[in-house]
Amino acid sequence: METIIFYILSGIIILFAVASVTSRKILRAVIYLLFVLIGIAGLYFLVDYNFLAAIQLTVYGGGIIVLFIFAVLLIHHVELELEKTALKKKLIAGALSASGLLVTLWAISTYPFPETTSTYTSIEVADIGRKLLSYEDGGFILPFEVISVLLVAVMIGAIVVAKGSKLSEDRSRKTEVGSQKSEDGSEKLTENN
Amino acid sequence: MIAGISIYEILTLTSILFFIGVYGFFTRENLITVLMSVELILNASAVNFVLINTYLYPDLLQGAVFSIFIIALAAAETALAIAIIINLYKLIYSVEVKDTETMKY
Repeated sequence: METIIFYILSGIIILFAVASVTSRKILRAVIYLLFVLIGIAGLYFLVDYNFLAAIQLTVYGGGIIVLFIFAVLLIHHVELELEKTALKKKLIAGALSASGLLVTLWAISTYPFPETTSTYTSIEVADIGRKLLSYEDGGFILPFEVISVLLVAVMIGAIVVAKGSKLSEDRSRKTEVGSQKSEDGSEKLTENN
Repeated sequence: MIAGISIYEILTLTSILFFIGVYGFFTRENLITVLMSVELILNASAVNFVLINTYLYPDLLQGAVFSIFIIALAAAETALAIAIIINLYKLIYSVEVKDTETMKY
């Protein structure tokens, strides 16, 4: 039963991934990407990582796809078709990625993976939480803190970048009022706007 | 662990997904679709971490924690990249790769 579900899921994932990178309607490509991400969440459910599957569904299926759809709707018309890529470019890219895939598959099939000795137990969310916050050997407190600093930086950075012109307008006005020295700098800033 | 499925089949699936992403990264000419291909690549690597953890070291948690970090980084990267793309669209009214020259020095 699980074997059949795995093959169905991998068929869905590969089919929609190909559709997502080849579709010329951009909104449809985003929706195909959503199906790929949901298929991967299904894989996580299949190996009993319920927490990761929930994260995958909320962060990817809920957050990132909505961001993509917002960006597409802000930038393009809904019915816009992307330009056709040149056949030569497609052939070169296809040959490159196919050869990379062949090398990877050869390396995987010749590598002797060790047999597992320990028994499989399903993972509780509490275990992941303790591991993330533990100070002991193999604990992940430092990367956890680094990730939280990074998320704050990205939040501020996204606001500053997306509203860039207005913020720098304010700054150039301030520098104009403040001193005459920075006149060159403020001119550059207004040119950028 | 999935009954009846060996680790080789799963690694084959994730490598195919990875190289579909690489193909999209090479051929797409719109910045948003390039970003979508990067998402495919990141997802393939996160699945690899989780499944290798499950198959080889089922009593450890490293793979799960690493894929949580990968998902956080991917979300951060997407948010920032879409902010840059929208700002670029305000500057040059286009998000095609061949038109983006204003960010160069």
